[in-house]
Amino acid sequence: MPGLEDLYREIVLDHYRSPRNRGELATPPAVRTEGFNPLCGDEIVVYIDVDEDGLISDIAIGGQGCSISQASASMMSAAVKGRSISDARRLIGAFKSMMSIHEESLSGDSHDDHAHQHDDVFEDGQPIRLGDLGALQGVVRFPVRIKCATLSWNTLAQALDEAAGDS
Amino acid sequence: MSLPPGIKDDFPLLARPTRGRRLVYLDSANTSQKPRQVIDAMSNYYETANANVHRGSYDLAVRATEALEGSRAKVARFINASSPSEIIFTKNSTEAMNLLARSWGHANLSTGDAVVLSEMEHHANIVPWHMLAAEKGIELRWIPVDPEGRLVLDDLDRLLDGASLLSITAMSNVLGTINPVAELAAAAHEHGAMMAVDASQYVPHLATDVQSMGADFLVFTGHKLLGPMGIGVLWGRRELLEEMPPFMGGGEMILNVTKEGFTTTDVPWKFEAGTPMVAEAVGLAAAIDYLDNLGMEEVRAHETRLTSYAMRVLTERYPDTIKIHGPSEPAQRGGVLSFEFGCVHPHDVAQVLDESGVCVRAGHHCAKPLMRVLGVPASSRASFYVYNDEADVDALADALEQAADLFSF
Ligand SMILES: Cc1ncc(COP(=O)(O)O)c(C=O)c1O
Repeated sequence: MPGLEDLYREIVLDHYRSPRNRGELATPPAVRTEGFNPLCGDEIVVYIDVDEDGLISDIAIGGQGCSISQASASMMSAAVKGRSISDARRLIGAFKSMMSIHEESLSGDSHDDHAHQHDDVFEDGQPIRLGDLGALQGVVRFPVRIKCATLSWNTLAQALDEAAGDS
Repeated sequence: MSLPPGIKDDFPLLARPTRGRRLVYLDSANTSQKPRQVIDAMSNYYETANANVHRGSYDLAVRATEALEGSRAKVARFINASSPSEIIFTKNSTEAMNLLARSWGHANLSTGDAVVLSEMEHHANIVPWHMLAAEKGIELRWIPVDPEGRLVLDDLDRLLDGASLLSITAMSNVLGTINPVAELAAAAHEHGAMMAVDASQYVPHLATDVQSMGADFLVFTGHKLLGPMGIGVLWGRRELLEEMPPFMGGGEMILNVTKEGFTTTDVPWKFEAGTPMVAEAVGLAAAIDYLDNLGMEEVRAHETRLTSYAMRVLTERYPDTIKIHGPSEPAQRGGVLSFEFGCVHPHDVAQVLDESGVCVRAGHHCAKPLMRVLGVPASSRASFYVYNDEADVDALADALEQAADLFSF
């Protein structure tokens, strides 16, 4: 049976307490997208600046929501800042695939060992290090919270599409 | 006077542990649990009387029809309707309100007409009117809500001036506020408007008399009233129902069908196209018997007592952390407590409580305009019914400790 410690890992609570990259960016040049979770009223606003080389030179997060949506947004912002659009897209894919790992594959006594194996998610045969983001893996065991965790990532994906379309 | 002890034993699900702990179910404003009597009545119907209704000439079909019509008569008595023919079975409150908007609203309202709602309505009493507004160009007007969660009636005359309908919740599913429906109905009638009541949260908890309320229409839903999901009720004054066009078309609702057209049958069947939910009607009747047995006055007294207890215990234990929405006077409210718990997000509150087996709802409770008035995106909500007791409130208060610990920053 999953416990609260699976959900509220220390790193997650730390990002909730002290969110990284909170704020707004001037639009334009920044791209701004909003995401909603109609079930619980969580709202995320993602701002990104993309430079000529296709790097996410800056990112800011606005909106409000539960600890999981806020922490996930904060961790995401830290993970993609300074990365290229294509890297960020791969990270989104990796994160979402971590969120879709079936709960059963995480259960059992040795779930922690399993959990660490998923720190590296393979995309196109290449490992992508999720690093701290792996701390959000426990969310999978609380299916109603998965939407909270993926909200900011879906919103970022939209922002990247817009940024790529504009440039 | 109080409810008999051991009520919990009538509810099989409440005896099943959740997460290895006693289940503390505090989400009855969302849906109620079902007593053995309701579950048994429904399986008994399937085991002894199941057939399609109003169609067969054999004895079994006659008994199934009697079961359905007997339930209708029971519902009519329970809310003091003047005749069973005023009781239309629907899927739930939402369908009942949509029926009203589609049928009565569509036939009677046109561009420039106004429907008056309040800011504390459930989406079920908002969206059908938005849909009608988009189609017909009607105007929606809103009775405001004050910081204590009561309707602000200072401007009522102006809002009702020239309006065709006032449609108001009898009890808020978020704040617990009990609204002065009879007074509102009188005001509506003075202005020549009809009065519709969303009694989804009222009928399960307080004795309901549609005639003394002075309402023209009233809706409620069976699953919040110890009954099954899948059955609701639209009550309307017979002369109004008779004038209304049908809602859906098909079997059961016709008198005659030709290649050229159709004629409708009498109320209430005119509004009940297709095979109805007979077992659910039987379950609803059993739920009404169960509540009648307890006595609605006793049910109300029990919930008022429990609500006062909860408000006292929670504010004594968390004086600086908890903020309870809605009227501070328990007599003005039902057994619904929406609250903020420090800066802990309602989703996290509900998650932590679940770990202790305590079920509460977190979110906007299908009342987004009201949440905007309250200035919060979401709230946590504990709600009570006949099977809840002080031990459940204590379990809630204890479990909140963990939320305070985990999110103490
Ligand atoms: C005040 C109010 N109106 C309408 C509804 C809708 O009920 P149902 O979902 O059964 O149609 C509810 C319950 O969610 C409610 O609390």
